[in-house]
Amino acid sequence: MSASAIFVLDLKGKVLICRNYKGDVDMAEIDHFIPLLMQQEEEGMICPVITRGTVHFMWIKHSNLYLVATTNKNSNASLVYSFLYKLVEVFTEYFKELEEESIQDNFVVVYELLDELMDFGFPQTTDSKILQEYITQEGTKLEVTKTKVPTTVTNAVSWRSEGIKYKKNEVFIDVIESINVLVNANGSVMSSDIVGSIKLKTMLSGMPELRLGLNDRVLFSLTGRDKGKTVMMEDVKFHQCVRLSRFDSDRTISFIPPDGESELMSYRINTHVKPLIWIESVIEKFSHSRVEIMVKAKGQFKKQSVANNVEIRVPVPSDADSPKFKTSTGSAKYVPEKDLVLWTIKSFPGGKEFLMRAHFGLPSVEKDELEVFFLMSIDFFVRYMKIIEKSGYQALPWVRYITQSGDYQLRTNA
Amino acid sequence: MTDSKYFTTNKKGEIFELKAELNNEKKEKRKEAVKKVIAAMTVGKDVSSLFPDVVNCMQTDNLELKKLVYLYLMNYAKSQPDMAIMAVNSFVKDCEDPNPLIRALAVRTMGCIRVDKITEYLCEPLRKCLKDEDPYVRKTAAVCVAKLHDINAQMVEDQGFLDSLRDLIADSNPMVVANAVAALSEISESHPNSNLLDLNPQNINKLLTALNECTEWGQIFILDCLSNYNPKDEREAQSICERVTPRLSHANSAVVLSAVKVLMKFLELLPKDSDYYNMLLKKLSPPLVTLLSGEPEVQYVALRNINLIVQKRPEILKQEIKVFFVKYNDPIYVKLEKLDIMIRLASQANIAQVLAELKEYATEVDVDFVRKAVRAIGRCAIKVEQSAERCVSTLLDLIQTKVNYVVQEAIVVIRDIFRKYPNKYESIIATLCENLDSLDEPDARAAMIWIVGEYAERIDNADELLESFLEGFHDESTQVQLTLLTAIVKLFLKKPSETQELVQQVLSLATQDSDNPDLRDRGYIYWRLLSTDPVTAKEVVLSEKPLISEETDLIEPTLLDELICHIGSLASVYHKPPSAFVEGSHGVHRKHLPVHIDTGESPVSGGPAAAMDQPHVIPSQGDLLGDLLNLDLGPPVNVPQVSSMQMGAVDLLGGGLDSLVSLHAHSTAPVNYIYVGQNFIPSSVPSTFAPSPTPAPQAASSGLNDLFELSTGMAITTGGYAAPKAVWLPAVKAKGLEISGTFSRRQGHMYMDMTFTNKALQHMADFAIQFNKNSFGVIPTSPLPIHTPLMPNQSIDISLPLNTIGPVMKMDPLNNLQVAVKNSIDVFYFSVLIPLNIFFVEDGKMERQVFLATWKDIPNENELQYQIKDCHLNAGCNCVPCLFPQLSLKCRAPEVSQYVYQMYDSVLKN
Repeated sequence: MSASAIFVLDLKGKVLICRNYKGDVDMAEIDHFIPLLMQQEEEGMICPVITRGTVHFMWIKHSNLYLVATTNKNSNASLVYSFLYKLVEVFTEYFKELEEESIQDNFVVVYELLDELMDFGFPQTTDSKILQEYITQEGTKLEVTKTKVPTTVTNAVSWRSEGIKYKKNEVFIDVIESINVLVNANGSVMSSDIVGSIKLKTMLSGMPELRLGLNDRVLFSLTGRDKGKTVMMEDVKFHQCVRLSRFDSDRTISFIPPDGESELMSYRINTHVKPLIWIESVIEKFSHSRVEIMVKAKGQFKKQSVANNVEIRVPVPSDADSPKFKTSTGSAKYVPEKDLVLWTIKSFPGGKEFLMRAHFGLPSVEKDELEVFFLMSIDFFVRYMKIIEKSGYQALPWVRYITQSGDYQLRTNA
Repeated sequence: MTDSKYFTTNKKGEIFELKAELNNEKKEKRKEAVKKVIAAMTVGKDVSSLFPDVVNCMQTDNLELKKLVYLYLMNYAKSQPDMAIMAVNSFVKDCEDPNPLIRALAVRTMGCIRVDKITEYLCEPLRKCLKDEDPYVRKTAAVCVAKLHDINAQMVEDQGFLDSLRDLIADSNPMVVANAVAALSEISESHPNSNLLDLNPQNINKLLTALNECTEWGQIFILDCLSNYNPKDEREAQSICERVTPRLSHANSAVVLSAVKVLMKFLELLPKDSDYYNMLLKKLSPPLVTLLSGEPEVQYVALRNINLIVQKRPEILKQEIKVFFVKYNDPIYVKLEKLDIMIRLASQANIAQVLAELKEYATEVDVDFVRKAVRAIGRCAIKVEQSAERCVSTLLDLIQTKVNYVVQEAIVVIRDIFRKYPNKYESIIATLCENLDSLDEPDARAAMIWIVGEYAERIDNADELLESFLEGFHDESTQVQLTLLTAIVKLFLKKPSETQELVQQVLSLATQDSDNPDLRDRGYIYWRLLSTDPVTAKEVVLSEKPLISEETDLIEPTLLDELICHIGSLASVYHKPPSAFVEGSHGVHRKHLPVHIDTGESPVSGGPAAAMDQPHVIPSQGDLLGDLLNLDLGPPVNVPQVSSMQMGAVDLLGGGLDSLVSLHAHSTAPVNYIYVGQNFIPSSVPSTFAPSPTPAPQAASSGLNDLFELSTGMAITTGGYAAPKAVWLPAVKAKGLEISGTFSRRQGHMYMDMTFTNKALQHMADFAIQFNKNSFGVIPTSPLPIHTPLMPNQSIDISLPLNTIGPVMKMDPLNNLQVAVKNSIDVFYFSVLIPLNIFFVEDGKMERQVFLATWKDIPNENELQYQIKDCHLNAGCNCVPCLFPQLSLKCRAPEVSQYVYQMYDSVLKN
């Protein structure tokens, strides 16, 4: 159905740890993985699935590790990739950083986790908070205290334990949005959307029932109300805890939240936004070996507003050398490992225009695309958060709106 | 202190040291030692010699230590099967431990120890664990059944574990349900009974309830299982869809894709004009788009599947082309897939946008991507006629960039544009010729040469251009050599006076200095053509060629349908049939999209009868046909393999096969099915089908009498009814070979009458035909009587005699016949439905008494009655039977009746 075995490899292909779940694929097959991957890389045709004979490798890379699943069946590929990323998530929650060292330092726990996360190729409990209740890094503790399975593991509410207590009941709601824009060389916006997510930090006792109200246009039109600004969410994705069928029938977001931090939902809004920062670039070739790139950035938002920490990335060919920069504001530096020039402007007021010049010695300029990271405002807001718990305590919801750097690509003429 | 210290041990006497530590009195010491052993195992050292010492540590109340020992056992038990038995007692004991974690751990680990001897001891503990009070143990035990089945399937069945698993589907705990579903699905992949789960509406309801409560992974197991269910009608399909749709909002992309799979499959069952159908289509689009904001690997899987969905139901994403625009930091595999989907979605409405994008991509850095982008522009031109002009000018702009690989790729696609729109864009040839020198890839050189040859009359210096290629003739690839040969011959036929020397030169190069047989043959053909009759040569070589077709890289429809049933799987990522993967011991059960049956019509005429007219082409990719492929495609050998095959088939059909086989058997066999025309128009007598049945007015009084007498009168007619020829294999599916045909019966023999037409540009030879095993054992009695090559645009009518002594295998539908045709180009597969009348023997007449006795002999429940509709035979007659003709059929094998009726019906209507 999914994976026959899971491997964690270092960059050279050495197996750091592995677990054979089904025994239908020879464990030695993994030795072929890195050579095949290298070959693909050389040919420039890298692909997330690699096949050798009847064996298929599905892999992801995380920091200096490869996580690889092998199979010879017609497995559910999307399940495997979801699971591999879940693996990264769980390991990261356990060890802070997932890297070669943390695997070696914790190999006993890693084995325990691999045993608990998947059985015979079927993913099982993958919620790290629940796992932490019965698989701890201090093995000695386990001896006496934890002699039973947390009921949560198999409960319908598999993400929250019972009997949690807080003195002060609070829930923090972060609405985090980022905007993705693709602008053509002639300045027209090819596509733009806002990807948002709501993150919760729950510090509530017991088993609280929460209901979240948003200015969701579909909900408002369903109930016939029309109070001011609403947003049309193109698509919404929810955490396991949200009752999907309830949302499907009456757009109510109701759930029992996981304790602590979690991402409750993510959404996508299609909006036509004009780029907040306008970029123009001119590339001048003085000779075959010298090139000047001039980038002009203009803030197209209200004069009173300020965009903080704007980063403009100008990709340059990998063979560029001896860079020289001149900027009217902010600072520019060359990041050779990513083949780009990074121009950082700490604070960018609306209506202002800034310039950057970069000189390079290089054989050719092939292509130029710019990426800008910046802030923007939100239309989306939380209307209410209702918290109901049997014991009837009063709880305080706190809401905060943050905009994060999105993916903002402007194409320019080379 | 971290665990890494365990990896650093001194090399000398390591094993010996560990052994001592493992037997230390102190618990802590032993635990440390086991950790060191596991560390050594992790880095690949062989520590199997410590087996007995490690197993000794198994009896401990320390859970962590126990887990480590179990881990060790899983790794080494297989290599030390005898010693593994030592661990059995501990396992059995642990399965009774008061701590559910330990019970589950024991049952989980036991299943992973793939040693036959151990499995026997596993049964009792497993049985208990399946009924454990703790759901954690039950869910682990459910998976263990699948593990055990993998090791010893027979035992699992004998011990009744499959029934226990089925019981777990009704468990109160959703995670137990999900694991039971997963285990049963896994087992059914390698089990002869594909419906192990016993999917009935009641069970489906249980699954749908569990779907709302179980973990994300459990939801995937359940959704994947639901996708195998075939709802009985559209109402059931709709109600399942309604309960699956909320899953589209799940954060886990695998849940989303599995839900998409269920919905895509059940959409087939919903009426196309219903509101619900259209609403569902709208609901599918946003989640698919959101999948593209996931991690790149997830995006890749999503895109490969979207590629299928776009081919199956373009309407879902036709408005969303923008989301497939490429970002510069997308990984290459995402870029290429996006590009492919963009072209599939390109239409007149969005072509301007698409072209602007493609032009942008053509100036990127990544060579492979650029090439694909240029090729895509060509595909747009061929797909959207209105855009052709813009595409050509875009390509010209790109050629002006002089970037070598861009120019070459552009020239290749321009050639195809010329082939699609001849005599339209030749004005650009001059620009193309300027770049002649920079072409160094065979594809591009061949394309350029073809263009020069094809339009030689408009290129003043065509001879010089071609001559320049001729200089290094022997260094060119075969492709270029062949094209050059043809181009120069074309040039000569167009401008004979100036190019005689050139053509001589190329002909001698091809025929004398080359040892490539293909090139030599072609050289000689041209040479002889030119020397025998230049006028004919001109007609042959310069005749008009058919235009190339639009979309060339679509996935073959039956494969596409199968892949839609496997959305999210590796098969759908590779676009390969699921049978291409390692299968369970009983082979993969092929999944089909359900067929929507319009309830307005009678089930018989709406179902298989309609299908009769539409032979479907079997994809060439796959080993879908199984047996057919394994057969050699040489001339058929008529060694009857009947005996063993029939034995196999009998099992399938039960007693029914007797009558089935005798149905087609020759005169000696008794005809066991019976037709009675109580109210039936006697003019169309069942046993023989006259080409134009004559009305029999006296038959108004009808009855058995007339039926019998009439059949006597007409019994031995020379020809049976034959349907008009229908296209069985369209040319687009078979690289230009079109086959149309019908079946007939003449003088007591069966024939397959076919017309082969060559619609390709090259000749076809070496024809051969082969049938797959089928319900009636039909095989050709002689090789395909095509002895001369089939020239382009030529057709040939042939009659292939058949008999029924071949191997038998029950097909669905019963009269399905899968055919493979081979020619010099490729092997093609298609399937047709054999009209049953060709099996009807001429001497089927029975004495009345015998008939009545036989009729009584067949149980009444096997009798089926059909109304004959729209029968025009006796239009002038107003008698009751003519107005309400009815056909009663009794047949020992009831499944045959339906086909007999269909055949009656079609004969009467024609």
